[in-house]
Amino acid sequence: MSEGISQPDQPQALEGEGKDLFSKFDDVIALREGLLSSGQEDPFNLVMEKVLSPTRAICNGRDTILLGTYNYMGMTFDPDVVEAGKQALSDFGTGTTGSRVLNGTYQGHKEVEQALMDYYEMDHAMVFSTGYQANLGIISTIAGKGDYIVLDIDSHASIWDGCALGQAEVVPFKHNDIEAMEKRLKRIPEGAGKLVILEGVYSMLGDVAPLKEMVAVAKKYGAMVLVDEAHSMGFIGENGRGVVEDAGVIDDVDFIIGTFSKSVGTVGGFCVSNHPKFEIMRLVCRPYVFTASLPPSVVATACTSIRKLMHGSNKRAHLWENSKALHKGLKDLGFKLGTEEPQSAIIAVIMPDLQQGAAMWEALIQGGLYVNLARPPATPANMTLLRCSLCAEHSEEEVGEILSIFEKAGKQIGII
Amino acid sequence: MDRAEVDTKIRSLIEPFNKKGIAIKDETTFQNDLEFDSLTVMDFVAEIEDEFDIIISMNQQAEIENYGQLVDAVTKLQAD
Repeated sequence: MSEGISQPDQPQALEGEGKDLFSKFDDVIALREGLLSSGQEDPFNLVMEKVLSPTRAICNGRDTILLGTYNYMGMTFDPDVVEAGKQALSDFGTGTTGSRVLNGTYQGHKEVEQALMDYYEMDHAMVFSTGYQANLGIISTIAGKGDYIVLDIDSHASIWDGCALGQAEVVPFKHNDIEAMEKRLKRIPEGAGKLVILEGVYSMLGDVAPLKEMVAVAKKYGAMVLVDEAHSMGFIGENGRGVVEDAGVIDDVDFIIGTFSKSVGTVGGFCVSNHPKFEIMRLVCRPYVFTASLPPSVVATACTSIRKLMHGSNKRAHLWENSKALHKGLKDLGFKLGTEEPQSAIIAVIMPDLQQGAAMWEALIQGGLYVNLARPPATPANMTLLRCSLCAEHSEEEVGEILSIFEKAGKQIGII
Repeated sequence: MDRAEVDTKIRSLIEPFNKKGIAIKDETTFQNDLEFDSLTVMDFVAEIEDEFDIIISMNQQAEIENYGQLVDAVTKLQAD
């Protein structure tokens, strides 16, 4: 008998008892358990049992006003959009079961890309399966090893992940700081590829980037510019093309990234561009190639929704009214807000700390109002935020109701 | 600028960020000893970049864990 057989094939007592690859999450687990042990309803485990409209749902058994969705233009229940989805589902089936570059491009995918080209008046549009993948794919593919990416420190996770995947040199600058951005661009070695990444609306505080100045600076240093307009599409700018349109720089940016999961009201992501070689991205962009394309019903709803958003100026006007009314109302009640003036459809209410933020969130949900609880590390400067995102379908009366729920909860928790 | 001069400059730059007044040695780590969070890192790096007119990309920052490594990196970067 060989000696080896009687020996266990692994050491019997593992070093660091009870430790494994999950040990790195222990702090997060403890934080969460601490929060929930006080009887707190879990802010990250809410279930909508029934969705009544873009602004109402039954959440955890209660009729609730939705003020924490990205359904800015209220397109999710639009009869034309719903009908287009049903038709595509019957005509083309439930899914494509394949990549865009193999068997996954249907008529509907081409139609939604045409709708985007018409919407932005740009030469090229490429649709991804999610907004996250649009950033991941475009950024990692165009900025590789040896190239430089200069970006705002408050950029979305999908932007950071795109930077990491592409292995470019990543150089962040202080949020919305034009001078800090210029200093960094100035120091990049001559001849290196340069990409500046900005967002139209920053989703945590709902503030807008000074794109007019920033895009001009980027161009001065010969950098390409990518702007993520996820939170402004449909709403900001005369034709709802985003902050780039509002700032008058849409023709100076090289890439606009957007999503179908906010104003468009379904799921998916895209990039539009006028770059003459843009179409090659379809072959070299791995997060585009190595994933299944969107289901036919999704592209059909997106296409119909985008075409309707082109004529959405009345809805845009009403959404601005809602944003102004909620901002003023919350400010008058004594809440501390993320921006001095309303700049987008997002109003962030700053909480003193996570404990009180979570308590406030619970008081609101029990009062019939859903908002997003945002906490570090997703938030800038380690803030705890109650993020309110408005919808064009919120009525004036609903905004009033929202304010009275905030007032009651704020007094109960002792924040105002 | 030689290493000693870079060291002196960075020592004065780090002061306002060294909230607990920790004695800075080459082995002092930014994350554990100085407890820098990501925003502090950004502000501190910006100060150094402006002082020496260099870029320390996040990729380079990932390699720098302690004070001595930072002084080495900056000495090299500003000489290039």
